Amino acid sequence: MTRLMVFLAVVTALLAAVSLLWAPGELLALSARAPDLARTIMFELRLPRTLLGLLIGGGLGIGGAAMQALLRNPLASPDVLGPSTGAALGAVIAGYFLGGGVVAMEIGGIGGAMLALALLVALAGRGAGTATLILAGVAISALAGASVNLALSLAPSPYALYDVMFWLMGSLADRSLPQLLMTAPVMLAAGAVLAAQRGRLDTLALGEDVAASLGVDVARLRWTVIIAVGVMTGAAVAAAGSIGFVGLIVPHLVRPFVAGRPGAALLPSALAGAALLSAADIMVRLPLADQEIKLGVFTALAGAPFFLWLVVRSR
Amino acid sequence: MSLAAIALCRRPMLVPTDIAFSPGTLTGLIGPNGAGKTTLLRALAGLSAGPGVVTLDGAPLRADPHRLGWLPADRDVAWPLKARDLVQLGLGPGAARDDTACMAALALTDAGGFADRAVDTLSTGERARVLLARALAARPAWLLLDEPVANLDPGHRLDVMAMLRGQAAGGVGVIAAMHDLDLAARCDRLVMMADGAVVADGPAAVVLADAALGDVFGVVRGQNGWERLRKAP
Repeated sequence: MTRLMVFLAVVTALLAAVSLLWAPGELLALSARAPDLARTIMFELRLPRTLLGLLIGGGLGIGGAAMQALLRNPLASPDVLGPSTGAALGAVIAGYFLGGGVVAMEIGGIGGAMLALALLVALAGRGAGTATLILAGVAISALAGASVNLALSLAPSPYALYDVMFWLMGSLADRSLPQLLMTAPVMLAAGAVLAAQRGRLDTLALGEDVAASLGVDVARLRWTVIIAVGVMTGAAVAAAGSIGFVGLIVPHLVRPFVAGRPGAALLPSALAGAALLSAADIMVRLPLADQEIKLGVFTALAGAPFFLWLVVRSR
Repeated sequence: MSLAAIALCRRPMLVPTDIAFSPGTLTGLIGPNGAGKTTLLRALAGLSAGPGVVTLDGAPLRADPHRLGWLPADRDVAWPLKARDLVQLGLGPGAARDDTACMAALALTDAGGFADRAVDTLSTGERARVLLARALAARPAWLLLDEPVANLDPGHRLDVMAMLRGQAAGGVGVIAAMHDLDLAARCDRLVMMADGAVVADGPAAVVLADAALGDVFGVVRGQNGWERLRKAP
């Protein structure tokens, strides 16, 4: 466990360094020619991008692990079962009605994610089977997705439409320091709340009734996880759009190293999520196409086959 | 431990019951399917939303692994945990790692041999023994066990009954729902239930000899053991 954490921390730090010092030759040349410009690039573009990648990746990882532990289901995660789409809807609505500021988007995103998550847990929480959970998630996701499309089709101008569509695809490029400052405290606070639940989430593996008989306040645990995961998902979507599959996949990568314990997977999932999203954000910067591939598109392209493999294996 | 006037609103319904249990006794709960054994155990474990009050030493029950170990009849575990880690969970959420206690509990149910195996690779009976060890892990003062010998082979059924007798001899109050009337004879006290009500309560030999047994279960002891009692048309 400790060795796993150290390994993941080292990998994450290395990836963060690569992200920060991307194209070192050009950066060095630029700092010799125009030191002010180099400093601006470093602190106002690279730093927010790298730190947002770490925070959002970590949040998606720990949020996915917490949701899987809460619902006792390895197929649960905010991006598959609706909360991410709910966050997108909330942020779009906030953008329309409240002017699209960073704060409005974040509040809208958090509200949308929390609403979708509460609905999901109400429909399929208490010990419901995988089928009910997936069906409820699909329905919530479809409803929120259709509502986003409705909002898009009513966009006041084509430019607004483009803006929202590109944001929805998910990206960490060109994020600002204010966005980082809005996102960081929210992610860290919600992450700390989730991390504090890991013992109780482990106990939940025995079922809600046995956990209750061992002294877990199950209703309180459920609401704590819903609120924390909702806040994280909303803040992540508001800052970087929809980034799918990280929250679903990361706990699966981590759990074999913690002997399958759902709560013990929380902290390593945070680090692994940060590492995975940082790695993905480095991949999309490779000059493969004329334009940068959107990060959310890349994680979905890489993550969906993994999800399929998971489904096939669990059959 | 006493349970006063429990009456659940939803079915299966438990007829208002006042029932008290004493420590150091192995009590068997018997009754046909749907008689209310599980409902009574859940109520005793403090898991029912009904209007009853469970008191322990005169005070209302509080969830605490050292006071009460509850084993549901359900043998499913959501995650492929190691047997050792699963038993550790019985010590309570966030409890310090105590391998000695876990191995001692696993030894009580003869499950020490698969301490490091994932529970999803165990047979149902083996998993049942690991789950029973989980309920024993914190050495609770009371054990509420829903069919602790279900799924076990004949040898381990006898082992578990002997172990439960040993727990009772050590001062633990054991209350166990069971279906095997021959094993039930090894209890100190039997509570027989039918349609949500206690219909007989007393020393095991007395309850098993009660004429009501035939009516409740529809069985009668014949020459070849228990035989089905045909109801008159």
